[in-house]
Amino acid sequence: MDARLRDEDAVSLRARKAELPLYLTRIKVYPRAIKGLWRRVKWAVLVLLLGLYYVVPWLRWDRGPDAPNQAILIDLDGRRGWFFDVVIWPQEIYFVTGFLILGAFGLFFATALFGRVWCGFACPQTVWTDLFMLVERLIEGDRNDRMRLDRQPMSINKAIRKSLKHAAWLAIAAATGGAWVFYYVDAPSTLVKIFRGDASLEIYVFIGLLTATTYTLAGWAREQVCTYMCPWPRFQAAMLDEQSVIVTYQKWRGELRGKHKAGASWHGRGDCIDCNLCVAVCPTGIDIRDGQQIECIGCGLCIDACNQTMGKVDRPPNLILWDTLANQQAKESGAGGAAWQPVRPRTLLYAALLLVVGAVMLGAFWLRTDTELAVQRDRSPNFVRLSNGDVRNSYAVKILNKSRDEQHLQLAVDGLPGATLGFVGTDIQGGAAGTRLTVHPDSVGTFRIFLTVPAGTAPSGSKPIEFTAADVTGRKRAAHDAVFVGPAR
Amino acid sequence: MPTKIEKDTVSGQDTTGHEWDGVKELNTPLPTWWVYTFYATIVFAVVYCALYPSWPWLTGHTQGLLGYSSRAELSVELQAQTRARAKFVDKIRATSLANIRKDPELFNFALAGGRSAFQTNCLQCHGAGGAGSTGFPNLVDDDWIWGGNIEQIYATIEYGIRNTDDKSRQSLMPRFGVDGLLTGTQVAAVTDYVLSLSGRAKATPEGAKVWQEQCVACHKADGTGNQELGAPNLADSIWLYGGDRDSIYRTIFYARNGSMPAWGTRLDDATMKMLAIYVHSLGGGR
Repeated sequence: MDARLRDEDAVSLRARKAELPLYLTRIKVYPRAIKGLWRRVKWAVLVLLLGLYYVVPWLRWDRGPDAPNQAILIDLDGRRGWFFDVVIWPQEIYFVTGFLILGAFGLFFATALFGRVWCGFACPQTVWTDLFMLVERLIEGDRNDRMRLDRQPMSINKAIRKSLKHAAWLAIAAATGGAWVFYYVDAPSTLVKIFRGDASLEIYVFIGLLTATTYTLAGWAREQVCTYMCPWPRFQAAMLDEQSVIVTYQKWRGELRGKHKAGASWHGRGDCIDCNLCVAVCPTGIDIRDGQQIECIGCGLCIDACNQTMGKVDRPPNLILWDTLANQQAKESGAGGAAWQPVRPRTLLYAALLLVVGAVMLGAFWLRTDTELAVQRDRSPNFVRLSNGDVRNSYAVKILNKSRDEQHLQLAVDGLPGATLGFVGTDIQGGAAGTRLTVHPDSVGTFRIFLTVPAGTAPSGSKPIEFTAADVTGRKRAAHDAVFVGPAR
Repeated sequence: MPTKIEKDTVSGQDTTGHEWDGVKELNTPLPTWWVYTFYATIVFAVVYCALYPSWPWLTGHTQGLLGYSSRAELSVELQAQTRARAKFVDKIRATSLANIRKDPELFNFALAGGRSAFQTNCLQCHGAGGAGSTGFPNLVDDDWIWGGNIEQIYATIEYGIRNTDDKSRQSLMPRFGVDGLLTGTQVAAVTDYVLSLSGRAKATPEGAKVWQEQCVACHKADGTGNQELGAPNLADSIWLYGGDRDSIYRTIFYARNGSMPAWGTRLDDATMKMLAIYVHSLGGGR
């Protein structure tokens, strides 16, 4: 390794100097603690997100007997998603698809406006890594202490600190895996079961899996996840343009950089005193003064670091700041500056897509009913000729009752004059004229329906019809298209 | 044997010591992890061969120390399935057909079990949906030769039709033409009479006479048949062996006596009950 390298040099610089063509052993990053506005924002986001993650499964919501009282529960055994008063059935999984699409466009939108704010503030990898670094700092000390400790030979002090750190990490990781499981099972009773040792094997496997991934990714892999594993940094460049507000070093103001003695003149030089604090605090170990790089996650900690230094040397703050490339280029060329343009074709497009998908989802949510009808015609045989020449089709009818009450529904057929309905099933009351089908709460009623048409009026070939289900007051609750098939003439 | 192992100046790596016309080969060994994985697979193979059936010989194969066989594993799974179903199957055995139909849980189990048994035992003749084909009755329509209420269906399944079982449903239509009971002209005349029952031909006095003498005993004067005797209804629009003039002529001339096995000798009571309930639900049940 190059002799001119110093401890505080950026990892990216050291990687370049090492000149190894294909493979480079990771150079460990020792981020230094820093105080400041963006650090406070990051702590606030961390507390909010982690708080939500760990607490939400414990929220209770009374749904009456025979239903879970967990406010948010993805019940894989019962095949229901419970979100407060909303119950999602498996066939409504498209709502999840919708949220994923919203998430993707939201990410594009935020990136086009503010660069990688997701990476820097909200990504689970960043949030848990921040938490793990906090624990590490409390046990092993700040950057310099940690570097010294790692260089030392093994001692009792080192062994205690290292094992304490890994124990704390594993505890956090286990809590993380546990909280994940609680979204899928009843949290309080499962917690007791986990400690008593009689929870199901799947629960232990998933807790173990997520404990291992959390510990590995947040404790050991850290910035390597962002740089090498995550696909997002690789294509986020396509979302950024010269109007995106990103973490930027004002080169025109900072250069020429160099050490500065107290009281010396600032004429003929830049404001950057080359203190390397921005490098020392960087969680991915890069030097922001080299410009926008793939490793930069846009967390803004170098802004806090530089502002602290600028304060000490009594220079104006924001040598490193959130700014657009366009504004920087304007300032550099002496044009004064360029106003930020958040409204651009790309942001308009992302916003429009967000609105459309959001509107479609809201519409779908509003139009969803607690009753659904599904009709499947028997095709073997295609139709049956009865002894008096009548033609009959049979259908498997399923009625979904998503409500918490028993429903009594009347089934009718539109579009087939003279047809009579016949039923096979156990939850049927009344005669053929006023037959009512009973569907139990939160379940699917299955019925076999015969549709018979007199010989003369039977359609030739296939004829579209519609099944409708109405409640006792005659209000239509659900409908489903089907066909009736008669002998070809 | 390699003789001259030397260090390559460009890469700093050793050569293998082989040389072909001045071309030397770098010694680039397999990665250690690969080599050890390979050794591990060899160990695994040896252990596997000892524990599980592996080596064939002329009349069999090694059994392995664990005594494993996939057939035994399957039989354990089948027994577990039987045990899981036992609760319902026992209940079906103990419950009358009428009462099974009143119990939603039992009824749905019987429908599913009946469908499964039907797919295994009945579909070969009666078709996947029970629609049958020429000579094999349609179980979906409302025309029954031996009766369509659930007890009659159960009896037909249990004892079968025209087989060697003592309680088999028996009846025999004479071979009017082959055995010389009627002449060809008489058969033709009575064919017209049969067609006239469903309004498709004009009856002749000769046909009416033959009908009165030969057919009425089983098929009744109006041709509506007799389920006690398994004599089909000839006045409706359902024909087991075809309803055109030619087919009816052949039926009278050669006679048709299809048969069905007595399933009571092969299936248990619960399975036959489930089958009866399933067939009854197909659409024709009375």
